[in-house]
Amino acid sequence: MMDRRWRQIVLVVTVVLFVFWGMMGCSKKEETIKLGVAGAHSGDLASYGIPTVHAAELVVKAINEKGGINGRKVELLVEDDACKPELATNAATKLVSEGVNVVLGHICSGATKAALKIYLDSKIIVMSPSATNTDLTLSGEYPNFYRTIAYDDAQAQLQVKYATQTLGVKKAAVLHDKGDYGKGAAELAKKYFEQAGVNVALFEGVTPGAVDYSAIVQKVARAGVDLVIWGGYHPEASKIVTLMRKEGMATLFMGADGIKDETFIQMAAENSEGVYATGPKDTSTNPMYIEAKKAHQEAYGSDPGPFFFEGYSAAAALLNAIEKAGSTDYEALAKALHTEYVDTPVGKISFDKNGDATGIGFSVYKVEGGKYIQLQ
Amino acid sequence: MSFEQIKKSLLVSLWFMVLTFPIMVIRVNTIYHTVEWRWHRMFGVGISVFVLSFLWRYLMGRKEAGLKRKDRGEADILSRSQKLLHEPRFTRPAVIMAGAFIIAFPFIFSIYQTNIMITALIYVVTGLGLNIVVGLAGLLDLGYVAFYAVGAYSYALLNYHFGVGFWIALPIGGGIGMLFGILLGFPVLRLRGDYLAIVTLGFGEIIRLVLENWNAFSFGPSGIANIPRPGLFGVDFSLREATIYIYFLMIALALFTVFVVRRLQNSRIGRAWIALREDETACQAMGIDKTKTKLSAFAMGATWAGMAGVVFAAKTTFINPASFTIWESIIILCVVVLGGMGSAIGVIIGALVLILLPEYLRAFSEYRMLLFGAILVIMMVFRPGGVVSEVRQTYQFKGKGD
Amino acid sequence: MGYFLDLFLSGLTRGSIYALIALGYTMVYGIIQLINFAHGEIYMIGAFTALIVAGVLTIYGWNQMAIIFIASIVALLYSMGYGYTIEKIAYKPLRHAPRLSALISAIGMSLFLQNYVLLAQTSDFMLFPSLIPDFKFLTSFSHIARPSEFVIIISTAIVMVLLTFFIKFTKTGKAMRATAQDRQMAMLVGIDVNRVISITFIIGSATAALGGVLIASHIGQINFYMGFIAGIKAFVAAVLGGIGSMPGAVLGSLVLGWTESFFTGYVSSDYEDVFAFIFLVLILIFRPSGILGRSDTQKV
Repeated sequence: MMDRRWRQIVLVVTVVLFVFWGMMGCSKKEETIKLGVAGAHSGDLASYGIPTVHAAELVVKAINEKGGINGRKVELLVEDDACKPELATNAATKLVSEGVNVVLGHICSGATKAALKIYLDSKIIVMSPSATNTDLTLSGEYPNFYRTIAYDDAQAQLQVKYATQTLGVKKAAVLHDKGDYGKGAAELAKKYFEQAGVNVALFEGVTPGAVDYSAIVQKVARAGVDLVIWGGYHPEASKIVTLMRKEGMATLFMGADGIKDETFIQMAAENSEGVYATGPKDTSTNPMYIEAKKAHQEAYGSDPGPFFFEGYSAAAALLNAIEKAGSTDYEALAKALHTEYVDTPVGKISFDKNGDATGIGFSVYKVEGGKYIQLQ
Repeated sequence: MSFEQIKKSLLVSLWFMVLTFPIMVIRVNTIYHTVEWRWHRMFGVGISVFVLSFLWRYLMGRKEAGLKRKDRGEADILSRSQKLLHEPRFTRPAVIMAGAFIIAFPFIFSIYQTNIMITALIYVVTGLGLNIVVGLAGLLDLGYVAFYAVGAYSYALLNYHFGVGFWIALPIGGGIGMLFGILLGFPVLRLRGDYLAIVTLGFGEIIRLVLENWNAFSFGPSGIANIPRPGLFGVDFSLREATIYIYFLMIALALFTVFVVRRLQNSRIGRAWIALREDETACQAMGIDKTKTKLSAFAMGATWAGMAGVVFAAKTTFINPASFTIWESIIILCVVVLGGMGSAIGVIIGALVLILLPEYLRAFSEYRMLLFGAILVIMMVFRPGGVVSEVRQTYQFKGKGD
Repeated sequence: MGYFLDLFLSGLTRGSIYALIALGYTMVYGIIQLINFAHGEIYMIGAFTALIVAGVLTIYGWNQMAIIFIASIVALLYSMGYGYTIEKIAYKPLRHAPRLSALISAIGMSLFLQNYVLLAQTSDFMLFPSLIPDFKFLTSFSHIARPSEFVIIISTAIVMVLLTFFIKFTKTGKAMRATAQDRQMAMLVGIDVNRVISITFIIGSATAALGGVLIASHIGQINFYMGFIAGIKAFVAAVLGGIGSMPGAVLGSLVLGWTESFFTGYVSSDYEDVFAFIFLVLILIFRPSGILGRSDTQKV
């Protein structure tokens, strides 16, 4: 009887300790600068969130090795939101409770929108490497939001301009992946095509992760379009392009920054030849870009994934602003972000009054010889 | 620890080392044709499996001993946990302490703790709702999240178009949820077991896909932002105050749900649900209207989900279809089963464990979901009836006695 | 007409893919009435094992045919191992527990395996070498369908026929049917039920792995999440055909494949899944036990 009671006591004590440990979180001293990294680190979109964590780890490691910022070390607080709004609010309140100074994230636009309110109430600056929804900056509702990636609207305009003026497209199909990024981009493309007087013969979403896309490819073939615009990420795009080429279709294919990624070319291999994509201006000759890529290869043994360079730049920009401002105060940081220029893998950037990075332009790229070649 | 056991554990760990070899040890890059061998992982697997196998055998032995005792009729009808719940000496101070803790909670702990507690409470309410359908009426529903989505979107859309406030939207959300519950109930009346499960799963997916595709109606995947938090006579709350306010609101809603579900359970319709679960045919033979009983189970379950959805929308202030995937249905189902089907206190424990666990497991960052999966399996293996299993309600006929 | 035929073939491919996974689902269900949520994960692990083996052998410069052969065999063996082990850990202790508990255990297993592969092999999409060679004799049909599509369709047919024969005529098959009908009775007549269940899991896992290898080689890329959606779809297909019935699983898969394909082709792919599910509901309203399922009379 005795030992049963002891066991229960031990059990209760462990549970209580566990709960308290969880609740107290890490309440360390105020000495470090806390950089929160939030995004999808599990679930189906994990492959878009994890590279940003890697980027932050590399940037922070480099800075801490140099002795930190103004003598203060940088500490990373990594939180997963699985790209779901409700988990994003949990992650955000957790970061706020832990006294985060600046946040790098979130990855998906929807999750970002849900979390931003919480950061705004606590006066915390957020910078996303990948949330491209136009409203995030242009609506003016989120003054604490910045990003190192171009927004959808500008990309869609560039796509349509290039398609109509340079490629002479008369009839187009717009496909998307039903996600908030893909469908948002596809709708804008459709809008600008219609303004330009181009016939959008097809506007449809495909289910990401489906086993086979041949039915929709057949439909595109039958519609007889000159160009397919893709709104979404590279896995589906590479499957669709591969199928199109294997069916012997020569229809042009164009995507946005979701496919402007080495992985797309590697996945679609020879079928990616001739594919167009818009994306941030080519900076692969930038020494910082080369350095970041090398650091990733050394640390993780593979090439960086999507949004790695944007994430790297955002982390660098945030930490640079803290250094220049000399504090983590909201107003001072905002001022530093708007006025100071910083060297990053995506170029020398600063931020305009909406929070969009200046100095990152766009270009149209075309895959030639297994590489994205910048046009114009 | 006999030699036999060590040999057995060695074999098991060897088996796992072989089994996990390709995925754990080899990392191959098919583009650059490079390969990386991570041998140290193999030893890690071997050693941890060796240790775990002892633990596993010990726990298994205990479980079997318990079962045997039960077979010999030594164990009481009520398990220890249930006895505790029925012991006034224990329950009264426990209830008072729990009440004090609940009230003090948001003032002691950070806003993050309060926030995840709200999430857990939302799941308490949805769990209790699903418990009506699955636990009481025995209808396996894999698309329960549909009603939750319906509630959330009805508040978001009513607010967007007509500026309807939270307090009006709450009953409306519940009502629309109920309507959808009946709508789903009709076609599935004839189905049993897993056929029912798959149709409800389909229903859940249909709702989500419609929300995703029908932009003109639901704004598609980009979702609806700036949904107002619940108000109190036009007072503007700060984030912290609003969180505490929603917390108490959710406590009230959860208590209300527990109250209603308990009353329902002992009512005529509640007992009809249980009869339906135990044996459909016999239930019909007893003169219970099967159609009405099934439909009412779906309708009642859906009502709570609808209301919880309204609170969810108000809490997150942003919703899009990504929050209403099939995973959500599965988690709510896990809440019900893990806690113990049919038991209100079990569902509450289940919700707290399942929703708070992944949050506290954040400390393990990338291992979080791995551990979560393992814990689900282990919980079910060692406590298949859930944390608190249902106590059979017995009714005694007290005759005149002469 | 050409367009119709194209859609027909694309539906056939899709359906065959579902069928390879659904066969394992339906087998396991038939024996222990468990919705084996982790089945999709076995399919994913099969594909990963094949990718790893093929990748390593390519580096060591083996020839194409040997790689295909060895990679597929190893993938099959490993999936069998995983299927067997999962059954022992997560399902066997729950043999006498409520059915829903076993379902939750299966869900937990699925989550565990998904994250196990995520952690061990990262979340990246990996290029899957096209293991299926471009057979000469098939190139003359290439205007109709690609060789990999033919291989998938033909393999599905072969697997289905083999399994049906196995269940109908071998001793183990008969033991399986007996176990499916009445487990206790089967025990009484001297069938080792535990062994039968293990064999079912092993065979089911092998078909899933075969599916994984073929499909991955058809699609050309894999990641840790590929099992989930395919698993759900295959489950739907198995129920549509009448769960527990082998030909039902194949028929259900094909019907699902065609429904999706034709709806995409003639209406819109936005709502293809919505339509597939509505179609499922309609079929189940009129045939509550699936297309080929037996409707048992309930006894009190």
